[in-house]
Amino acid sequence: MASAFEYAPAPESRSVVDIAPSYGLFIDGEFTDAADGKVFKTVSPSSEEVLSEVAQAGAADVDRAVKAARKAFEKWSALPGSERAKYLFRIARIIQERSRELAVLETLDNGKPIKETRDADLPLVAAHFFYYAGWADKLDHAGYGANPRPLGVAGQVIPWNFPLLMLAWKIAPALATGNTVVLKPAETTPLSALFFADICRQAGLPKGVVNILTGYGDAGAALVQHPDVDKVAFTGSTAVGKAIARQVAGTDKKVTLELGGKGANIVFDDAPIDQAVEGIVTGIFFNQGQVCCAGSRLLVQESIQDELLDSLKRRLSTLRLGDPLDKNTDIGAINSQEQLSRITALVETGEAEGAERWSAPCDLPSSGYWFAPTLFTNVTQAHTIARDEIFGPVLSVLSFRTPDEAVAKANNSQYGLSAGIWTEKGSRILAVANKLRAGVVWANTFNKFDPTSPFGGYKESGFGREGGRHGLEAYLDVR
Amino acid sequence: MSDNRLSVFKTYKLYVGGKFPRSESGRVYEVTAKTSAADAAGKGTWLANAPQASRKDARDAVVAARKAFGGWSGATAYNRGQILYRIAEMLEGRKHQFVREVADAEGLSKSKAAAVVDAAIDRWVWYAGWTDKIGQIVGGANPVAGPFFNLSTPEPTGVVAVVAPQKSSFLGLVSVVAPVIATGNTAVVIASADAPLPALSLGEVLATSDLPGGVVNILSGKTAELAAPLASHQDVNAIDLTGADADLAKELEIAAADNLKRVLRPPVSRHHPEKEAQSSDRPQAVDGDDWSADPGTHRLTAFLETKTVWHPTGALGVSGSSY
Amino acid sequence: MPTTAPAFSDATASDGALRRFLHGLPGVDAVGLEARAASLGTRSIKTTAKAYAIDLAISMIDLTTLEGADTPGKVRALAAKAVNPDPTDRTTPHTAAVCVYPDMAATAAAALAGSGVKVASVATAFPAGRAALDVKLADVRDAVAAGADEIDMVIDRGAFLSGHYLKVYEEILAVKAECARADGTDARLKVIFETGELSTYDNIRRASWLGMLAGADFIKTSTGKVGTNATPANTLLMLEAVRDFREQTGVQIGVKPAGGIRTSKDAIKFLVLVNETVGEDWLDNHWFRFGASSLLNDLLMQRQKLSTGRYSGPDYVTVD
Repeated sequence: MASAFEYAPAPESRSVVDIAPSYGLFIDGEFTDAADGKVFKTVSPSSEEVLSEVAQAGAADVDRAVKAARKAFEKWSALPGSERAKYLFRIARIIQERSRELAVLETLDNGKPIKETRDADLPLVAAHFFYYAGWADKLDHAGYGANPRPLGVAGQVIPWNFPLLMLAWKIAPALATGNTVVLKPAETTPLSALFFADICRQAGLPKGVVNILTGYGDAGAALVQHPDVDKVAFTGSTAVGKAIARQVAGTDKKVTLELGGKGANIVFDDAPIDQAVEGIVTGIFFNQGQVCCAGSRLLVQESIQDELLDSLKRRLSTLRLGDPLDKNTDIGAINSQEQLSRITALVETGEAEGAERWSAPCDLPSSGYWFAPTLFTNVTQAHTIARDEIFGPVLSVLSFRTPDEAVAKANNSQYGLSAGIWTEKGSRILAVANKLRAGVVWANTFNKFDPTSPFGGYKESGFGREGGRHGLEAYLDVR
Repeated sequence: MSDNRLSVFKTYKLYVGGKFPRSESGRVYEVTAKTSAADAAGKGTWLANAPQASRKDARDAVVAARKAFGGWSGATAYNRGQILYRIAEMLEGRKHQFVREVADAEGLSKSKAAAVVDAAIDRWVWYAGWTDKIGQIVGGANPVAGPFFNLSTPEPTGVVAVVAPQKSSFLGLVSVVAPVIATGNTAVVIASADAPLPALSLGEVLATSDLPGGVVNILSGKTAELAAPLASHQDVNAIDLTGADADLAKELEIAAADNLKRVLRPPVSRHHPEKEAQSSDRPQAVDGDDWSADPGTHRLTAFLETKTVWHPTGALGVSGSSY
Repeated sequence: MPTTAPAFSDATASDGALRRFLHGLPGVDAVGLEARAASLGTRSIKTTAKAYAIDLAISMIDLTTLEGADTPGKVRALAAKAVNPDPTDRTTPHTAAVCVYPDMAATAAAALAGSGVKVASVATAFPAGRAALDVKLADVRDAVAAGADEIDMVIDRGAFLSGHYLKVYEEILAVKAECARADGTDARLKVIFETGELSTYDNIRRASWLGMLAGADFIKTSTGKVGTNATPANTLLMLEAVRDFREQTGVQIGVKPAGGIRTSKDAIKFLVLVNETVGEDWLDNHWFRFGASSLLNDLLMQRQKLSTGRYSGPDYVTVD
């Protein structure tokens, strides 16, 4: 919407974060080069500027890190829970102290808007550590029997969409329950995990309790398959999740998988329309749609479809795309060229299959990886863009006539991670929520997260839950 | 009863979709009694010809289980509890038959077999009582930091393939089937290959216990032949590998990854000595598990999905709540 | 003079029809509404944008004095401030209006003559609105006769909350009729809902539509005399209402948050709400107002800061 009221640039200061020209792997409390000396560059997706060069872990480094974690496990798991708790509280506090620095860092490395890292990612990261810190000395009361034991060494592989938050989701419950950790961040977003390593040092965390291996998928695969890893936790694509499930078959490694989704956001004709529009926008354009639980399929009741789409397009036209460090930016950069290519290809497929594309009018910056907020109408369940996870700012709009049809379409997916329901009728919320095969259902809201709230999928969206009391089970030897 | 009277043999059949079909393949296999004397001789007494189910029978069982899932998972927990308790009642009435079948199947004395059957009946009672309690144990409201009501509820995973224990043909069987259906799942059960008769007879009990057809489907035959198509079946949501040996279990777990089934592995000891020491007070595994031990809740929770629903609460009015 | 927008003439045919119409409007989810308002409140308005917003905000103020202790002297001082908010900087825009009680309207009109600053008068037994209709209408007549350009009326919240929507509607129509002048022009009518008393966002949306259907030129949050006055959320909701009303009828209605807006930062947040909800068509004092008094001095201090680079202080703005 063009306006006389043009917001002047309001960039967050980059000087709050000091990125070193190079980083090593964090093994046994020390930063160290990869055994074979390999390194790779990490770039800022909004500018393609090289931010730093980090060590690229290989199988030998994985072995070294697992050994360090195994060695640390003995003492760490024997510590009284109250002592482990205090380490985690320290970490939580240091994250709060350094949250602006970490928010800017995450925005630089990931490309997401500072508004999100500042107001969503970082507060949730700190909250997650606070939450699980409190569990460390209360495990006897968690419903898993008396004195539940940790598993041992947890191998954790996380994605690039919420680098530090996914780290928190993995590391906080693992440490609270007495496990030690080897974590591999995604290759496009290694920096915040390395800064977290520094936070572990500031917190005085014993050496080897947390080990960070930056690297590619091969390092992740080596970690998952390492014979001395007792627990595998993975967040990422369903394809990799299936590969992991095969790799751990026949072992006694405990596995939790948080995978893809194709969440249905169902809007009934008696919805609070203005809030529904906001919820649709939050559902698919939060973090450029690079969210596994995104509401990427809008299911709208036919009687209000035109009205809702008009409102939605008007709203999308106000989204501000651009410099992620600008405090007024709503839509940042796509995380990588690879992801941008995937989004572009799927959008082309959508057009080729006859869906009608509409993109918000906005100028895309000349460098970096960008994709304008886009929606497709005339989409049916048969379209690729209604079935495949796009993992980008692309909404597929489908319609329905009755609640039964809405539920049937919502459930008609290999995935089952999230869903949304918009209606002012309370009994309909409960009835529809009851029928949806999805692990998280947001009624009259979307994309809300909390450390106390279990998160995880049905069907091919993975298994196990992260968050809440439920999240402890993944790291305890309970059967 | 005259000694001269020729007894009437029972034709054992599969239990699929509430009906008792023969295998579509027309195959049967010999089931023999397991006694120490027979074992020594290498050949037991012939008991019956059991149907040797095929891949197609397995497929049909999945269709039946899927069809039954909506109604069974949608039934009230109280209703499911009533039905599970009814199963115990029906078994109690047919106890003598099961004592004989279990004694033959497992080579037990009458008194030991009776103890096993009693335990199996009691296990149905145990799980009957769990149907309307597990949700309170593993679900609940989560205190999120915001104006939202946030509730986690366990829901059944769906269709569960169950590889029943090979040795404990009845108590083991009941111990793996009851928890699966208590929470609202439906089951396709592969009975003990060598000792399928108690399982096939259980089907007759289930059919007369108000349990809707298709909630439990029982197949007899070669374990690997039946388990493989179930493990890779895209419309099966989970698999319990209790009765699979290590090699088969691994193979099935790999196949199960195709649609990311929830997998309950056969009980094995962990490879870290310190853990073994810690778990040494646990009853030691017999046939992969000690079926007389307190079953706990892990078999209930293994096939549950946690669904978490958020809803705004907000204030009573624009000025905020007066509380 | 258009009264009910033709598209909705059926809606006001009877009490029942009006109730069905108002209760058929989309519901409002309070948490979502407040979250959206809060989210827009995080916009960072700097430098040139801030300068633009401060001047715009000054120009949108209905500089208000509504005290039992008001005197002609007080009103004249306020009028002088409205016309010339910052004596040290003549480039400062004047406010939109001065808002007074009806008995001060003539004083204000005389003091503001030729300045371009409008005279707004509250009426209809402001702020409670508890008087007979005849008395309310006489109140309006007096104010218009005394030279009020704009009438800020209060609705009968008792009637609204007891479900007598048609009574509220007809009262607004009657007041609107009293806004007519002999020369064929009208005083512009602002309809105050007292959102804090309506209590729910659903009620605020219904009241907004009720007011617009009855011919309000502006819909206004509150009197400033109760606990909860203008908030970002209720103003956002009313902006959505005027947006939707124009979409459906082509008729543009103004919005006036009043009470409790005291700082430049607050005012700028409201302007962001306007900008991102209804857009630039409303970024003009013909369509958006702030009912405020102390806000003006804070805006002036911020304005001085922007032009001099130094932080200003209360001794460098006038106290009237």
